[in-house]
Amino acid sequence: MNVLAAALAPVHQQYLLEARQMQALSFAVHIPLVCFGIAFPAMVLFAEWLGLRTGDPLYTTLARRWSRIVLTLFAVGVITGTILSFEMGLLWPNFTATFGSVFGLGFAIEGFSFFMEAIFIGIYAYGWNRLPPRWHLISGIPIVITGFTGSLTVISVNAWMNHPTGFRLVAGRVVDVNPLGALFGDSLLWSELIHMYIAGYMVTGFLVAGAYAVARLRGRWRRYERTALAIPLTIACLAAPVQVLVGDWIARDIAVDQPVKLAAIEGLYKTTRGAPEHLLGWYTDTQVKYGIAIPHLLSLLAFHSWNARIQGLETVPPAQRPPINITRLSFQTMVGIGTLLALLGLVYLVVRIRRQRLPLTPWFYRAVVVAGPAATVALIAGWVTTEVGRQPWVVYQVMTTRQAVTGAGGIPVGYGALVVTYVAVACGVAWILRRLAKMPLDIPGADAPPTSSASQPA
Amino acid sequence: MLDALPLVFILAGVVLYVVLGGADFGAGIWQMLSGPGRQGERIREHAHHSMGPVWEANHVWLIFVITVSWTAYPTFLGSLASTLAAAFFIAGLGIILRGATYAMRPGLSGGRRLILLEGAFALASLVTPFALGAAAGAIAAERVPVGNAAGNLFSSWLNPTSIVIGLLAVGFSVYLAAVYLAGDAARRGEADLEEAFRRRALVAGVVAGGLSLAGLIVVHADVPSLYTGLVHGSALAVMIVSALAGVATLALVYGRRFEIARGSAALAVAAVISGWALARYPMLLPGLTVQQAAAPHDALVALVVAVIAGGILLFPALGLLFSLTLRGHLGGPEPTPPPEPATGADRPPLRDLLAPALGARLAVALLVVGVGMLNAANAPWAHAIGVVSLFGFVIVGFAAILPRALAADG
Ligand code: HDD
Ligand code: HEM
Ligand code: HEM
Repeated sequence: MNVLAAALAPVHQQYLLEARQMQALSFAVHIPLVCFGIAFPAMVLFAEWLGLRTGDPLYTTLARRWSRIVLTLFAVGVITGTILSFEMGLLWPNFTATFGSVFGLGFAIEGFSFFMEAIFIGIYAYGWNRLPPRWHLISGIPIVITGFTGSLTVISVNAWMNHPTGFRLVAGRVVDVNPLGALFGDSLLWSELIHMYIAGYMVTGFLVAGAYAVARLRGRWRRYERTALAIPLTIACLAAPVQVLVGDWIARDIAVDQPVKLAAIEGLYKTTRGAPEHLLGWYTDTQVKYGIAIPHLLSLLAFHSWNARIQGLETVPPAQRPPINITRLSFQTMVGIGTLLALLGLVYLVVRIRRQRLPLTPWFYRAVVVAGPAATVALIAGWVTTEVGRQPWVVYQVMTTRQAVTGAGGIPVGYGALVVTYVAVACGVAWILRRLAKMPLDIPGADAPPTSSASQPA
Repeated sequence: MLDALPLVFILAGVVLYVVLGGADFGAGIWQMLSGPGRQGERIREHAHHSMGPVWEANHVWLIFVITVSWTAYPTFLGSLASTLAAAFFIAGLGIILRGATYAMRPGLSGGRRLILLEGAFALASLVTPFALGAAAGAIAAERVPVGNAAGNLFSSWLNPTSIVIGLLAVGFSVYLAAVYLAGDAARRGEADLEEAFRRRALVAGVVAGGLSLAGLIVVHADVPSLYTGLVHGSALAVMIVSALAGVATLALVYGRRFEIARGSAALAVAAVISGWALARYPMLLPGLTVQQAAAPHDALVALVVAVIAGGILLFPALGLLFSLTLRGHLGGPEPTPPPEPATGADRPPLRDLLAPALGARLAVALLVVGVGMLNAANAPWAHAIGVVSLFGFVIVGFAAILPRALAADG
């Protein structure tokens, strides 16, 4: 009887790599959409509130147009998220069957959070001009809160996978489960959560601002575009430098909780005191080639000490090391982009404070156009660092991905079908966003000419 | 007792998903069956608009069912998902297609593209409930053994019992949708639409009833043990309630009492599902009882507390959504906004949210504190202060900078 009730037995799966890629694809589609669920409602509400406060219809129109985008992207976020919940069982039944009782609570609470989000998005998006203005504004507040709590609970699961606590494993079964401690008592949770939350504001802010920067470069620069650019851009530019600081915090947590991941991120083979940091380069044969080495920097960053000892890859057998170059490359991509975006943010802030206006040069607006996609790349690269850097473990040092995978056949078929479907969905979403953007504007005052301070479109 | 409580939640979630989500699927199918011409177009519009505000919320029930299942009965869910991978995957693709076409719908006002899109939407609305119903049928037919993909990838859910239950899921969806749409049309005073959907509801109701009887016959031949369970003891009583509620629903639709009819239809569905559960209890899968599958005690307690607490928040919010929808405060074609008097000249100025000089200084101070606490210090409490300061930096900075960025033309 006990045998039956124990977790499922691992099986051989020929297509483990495809299963992993399917998981990665589903995330890569879901997570950028989620950013809009995290950050956009707050911007919409802010615009609506400005409209109420000033009585200026421009802000209300802006909020209303943006809220259509929120509704559309939310619908796509819901379906991609639903697929992810399916995949937890479809691709990794053994992971779910063994640890469902430990981490499941996180997703159950998440479910309620999404419920509230879906309810209030329905009320908000369909309640324009039907609910009294103040109540309409208030009905949007739960959306902002649930965007946060939804990420909180999902990330608590991920932090637990990276740093599993709150249970004991006896003969393949979990005992002494303490789900609250496992999910919310984890030190990694807070750094991961805040990093992701800020990433949500950066991705959304730069992408939305980018759309209006394109308008400016094409010579459309009415009061409407200026306003629609300034709100998201100001938030994103303030968030960008903060993200670098939070990234430093996360890296110090990793150094303590997942030393092998840190070694993979840095391509450090030998355990070293006063370890150097390598920029760029390629890891082969126990060292980083063609990189720029900065002596002692790694020890300094990870432990705030000139000669701190950093654990190397040699401390675990080769089978327990993640793919080094994927992890390193994606980490460096994220940090590189993060640094550039922080610089862009500082330029904007300095110009705003010193000169009291928006920057004039078209180069600034070209950079803003690029910043959105770049932030999205950084976002995905960050997740690749986290997830690939944890390999071969799905639950760090407890269960490997190979033990977790399904025994079902047909993974390549499913993978192919999912790729085709997501490509089609991406085309559809791009098309509908263009349609929404082209809907005519009808607000008085939106056409006010550019002023001296924000003049001359490129 | 505690072992079985999450099962009650799961079954309640399934009932709500069938009744609410099912009606959404059914509305999609009615769009396909709407017929040509002006009348067909009105039927499609009506089906689309009635779903609008509640669409997203109705589908979260599925997520609720999945997450509670894997928390409370992990082995059950692992076995189920791995054996029924094909059925769930097809349902998943259906959900993607449906959601994506739904999201794109507002961009279209007519023409060939719209017809294509509605076709895809309707197809997805048909496939998804069928696949999910067939998966439920696989459990009923005992085709899901315990283990990682231990059952057959296809015959587990493509067998007589599963297929009949899949069809039944589609039939129920179509029926529930017609009842709902008729009621909605009645509320809006659109007599012709009301009549159109009332007729549809009556036909669909008879078909669904017939399918249920056919289902019993198939189960009798295919899974005799389930049949025996269904026609004995408490399960039998519940099945009789279901039959009575089904007949009552038809009578109510006939008499145009649509709101009550929705309630009795829900009762019929709930009774079928609990009858099945009673017939099987305590077995979840062959050789796996509820008690064996249940998660450790503390995990169950945490889950039950979370579900109850979540429910306390959720049900008032859901009630608000549905009552606003039913009273016509949401959805339908948008009313035009009242004309706005303001022109550029008499537009009120945007005052500063915060004195700019003070704001900038405060922001810089918060940034410095943030760096010190988050990046220089190492204690958790210092990190907490650091994070709060950095968020403060963003908010104060925003308040200080933004108004003048917006008022750049003022
Ligand atoms: C806009 C996106 C973005 C930007 C600009 C940055 N990051 Fe990041 N990073 C993410 C978005 C992200 C993320 C949201 O994708 C991840 C994945 C897991 C997580 O919690 O956040 C992440 C993970 C992540 C990890 C691994 C965490 C783990 O393995 O659990 C580290 C060490 C850093 N980041 C460090 C940095 C540093 C030092 C940055 C600055 C230069 C930086 N990140 C910029
Ligand atoms: C909150 C939870 C999670 C988040 C946010 C998350 C995020 C991600 C992301 C972004 C990737 C892409 C990495 C890549 O491109 O290779 C990924 C990959 C992956 N995830 Fe997770 N994940 C989570 C939970 C899970 C779970 C529950 C599993 C299941 C067992 C899992 C297993 C994997 C696997 C196997 C890969 C592929 C890794 C590879 O390609 O090497 N993750 N995850
Ligand atoms: C980086 C990690 C993740 C974050 C930050 C995140 C956050 C969110 C947010 C904010 C939403 C709201 C919908 C939207 O705004 O588009 C959402 C939707 C959803 N997510 Fe994720 N998610 C993550 C990963 C996952 C994972 C690993 C799963 C499941 C295994 C998942 C399942 C879902 C589901 C089911 C929905 C739909 C909710 C609904 O119906 O309203 N997500 N996610």
